[in-house]
Amino acid sequence: MEPFVTLESVAAPLPEAGIDTDVIFPARFLLLLDRAGLGRHLFHERRHARPPGSPPFVLDRPPHDRARILVTGPDFGIGSSREQAVWALADFGIRCIIAPSFGEIFHANCFRNGLLPVTLPPADHARILAEAEAARPLVVDLPAQTIRLAGGERIGFAIEPHRRQALLEGLDEIALLLREDADAIGAFEARQRAQRPWLFLTREQLSHFDDLTETPANG
Amino acid sequence: MQTELAMGQGAGTLYDKIWDSHVVRSYADGTDLLYIDRHLVQEVSSPQAFAGLQARGLPLRRPDAHLAVADHAVPTLHRDRPLREGLAARQVARLQQNARHFGIPYIPMHDRRHGIVHVIGPELGFTLPGATLVCGDSHTCTHGAFGALAFGIGASECESVFATQTLRQRRQKRMRIRLTGSLPRGVTVKDVVLALIARIGIAGGAGHTIEYAGPAVEALSMEGRMTLCNMAIEAGSRVALIAPDERTLDWLRGRPLAPQGDRWAAAVADWRRLRSDPDAAFDREVDMDISDLAPQVSWGTTPEDCAPVTGHVPDPAAVSDPVRRRRMEQSLAYMGLVPGTPLRDIRIDRVFIGSCTNARLEDLRRAAQVVRGRRAAPHVRAIVVPGSAAVRLAAEAEGIDHVFREAGFEWRDSGCSMCVAMNDDRLAEGERCASTSNRNFEGRQGKGGRTHLMSPEMAAAAALAGRLTDVRDWA
Ligand code: SF4
Repeated sequence: MEPFVTLESVAAPLPEAGIDTDVIFPARFLLLLDRAGLGRHLFHERRHARPPGSPPFVLDRPPHDRARILVTGPDFGIGSSREQAVWALADFGIRCIIAPSFGEIFHANCFRNGLLPVTLPPADHARILAEAEAARPLVVDLPAQTIRLAGGERIGFAIEPHRRQALLEGLDEIALLLREDADAIGAFEARQRAQRPWLFLTREQLSHFDDLTETPANG
Repeated sequence: MQTELAMGQGAGTLYDKIWDSHVVRSYADGTDLLYIDRHLVQEVSSPQAFAGLQARGLPLRRPDAHLAVADHAVPTLHRDRPLREGLAARQVARLQQNARHFGIPYIPMHDRRHGIVHVIGPELGFTLPGATLVCGDSHTCTHGAFGALAFGIGASECESVFATQTLRQRRQKRMRIRLTGSLPRGVTVKDVVLALIARIGIAGGAGHTIEYAGPAVEALSMEGRMTLCNMAIEAGSRVALIAPDERTLDWLRGRPLAPQGDRWAAAVADWRRLRSDPDAAFDREVDMDISDLAPQVSWGTTPEDCAPVTGHVPDPAAVSDPVRRRRMEQSLAYMGLVPGTPLRDIRIDRVFIGSCTNARLEDLRRAAQVVRGRRAAPHVRAIVVPGSAAVRLAAEAEGIDHVFREAGFEWRDSGCSMCVAMNDDRLAEGERCASTSNRNFEGRQGKGGRTHLMSPEMAAAAALAGRLTDVRDWA
């Protein structure tokens, strides 16, 4: 995973409330099997199905078309757990999203992909949104946990220590678990198997599936 | 031995009890490594997770803890034929290949055990009280109806479960929602949950795990409890829980993957501790009396945009918060609705009775009761998509398919279908649908499609009327 340390960019303002992952990445594109290139379908309807006469979507308009930061309204990324929403944002070039609140699964998915979701209280969020609208660049400084405005003002933000660490070092959480916690997992499993054996399916139970047949290969 | 286990847990909520019994280790920052007992695998969130595992050259740690089924992309017609060449066929085939490669059971669409993950998990007894269960799907909270700690995860987290059987998580706050009173005539648990979300909002449960409790919850069937838990995510909560009781045990006993014999007895003894202690502390409590509820319908593009069917399309001008007002204006523009319009005057084109929220036998029975002996309005195209093959077969054995067919509804095979519009079942641009699913987001049922959420009875009545209508007028 690409480390996240500091990021300097203009921020694209998208102050709508409750943008769900169906809007970020419409379901019909979930049929694609690869993670690469999903940025093409980011906010697909918002970008490509504009009412006649309306200006292009904010991410298609200079200078915000080069934005690596997105400033949204509350409850960004609610709804479906599709990680494609995060992959599409990342593929488009977005590395940081600033909002008053996030959908929880989306929020967790961000960290797995080197994206920094920043939650800010309303007053700070309004300041940042104004900067975004004026297209003044921001500097997101993860080690310092601040966002620096063009005028020099700094706005602090909170982040879980282990997630901060993972972003800073570009850590792969799965590799880390396998390296550091494999013994603990094995020990827990053995203990649970003795104490709550019904949580582990027996061969006999699994034989319920012995008669499963595959569908003929196609596709 | 079991009583010792039970006594070792101390005071706490149902959530904390299940959590505590799954902590592999705790980290200094207050997060825990949580052991995951069960993983339901579907075609949309798994290909990248399997690919990641393969790229690492890792095996799947515990193949017996996973169960795979393709539900989102499968067609609901012509299931005896191979899938038509294309993206959906490739996605379904990929799941089958991955399941074979990694040695986990895969239930194909022609099988009698097929269905939506959240319908077949409980049906098979794969879902158990006190277990941790995940799926790369946000409606995994459905399984909380059985007292399972179940939550939706992303694809990277699926990969973590494949590789390590664990997830690093922070314990959430606890919220208890107590339901009292009894359901009035024509009102269902779907109306309760829609009214609840309208009240607490789409972020009302964010950061919290919801425990549903109270006499009105205890009185619910398991199907009703699943509907209630299913929509917790629409209130922002990843986890919903209901303490298991006799009804839970009766429902699970004898299911193919449920424990048998001595193991069942030991499990039941352990499950007795799965209730919040009388002195357990909750961070938030909500009480709701359901006795005066009316049937609900949604008018906007988030599930909190709901109102009693006797009401009107709301007026954004009456909303003071500018962000909310703007949001409402946008919703109404998308929905093609004018403020002040009586909800019962809204004409519909399509009806969808299906999804992991409302496509179980009880749902279909109740919808069938409304349509029995009547006809859908000529301009309405209505489809019924059972949540699983088992539901379909049971319904057919009762003649429910006939009732629907006679009334002009189409009777389909199991799957997610028009809840998510990833197969051929979708709305055309501008079409308006009365739907029993859980999300009315823009484009959810097809690009430009307009969704009104409601109960199966209300959707059935809407098909007859050709517009939104109060099911109580059709009894
Ligand atoms: S029925 Fe709808 S909500 Fe349920 S799992 Fe399928 S797509 Fe998701």
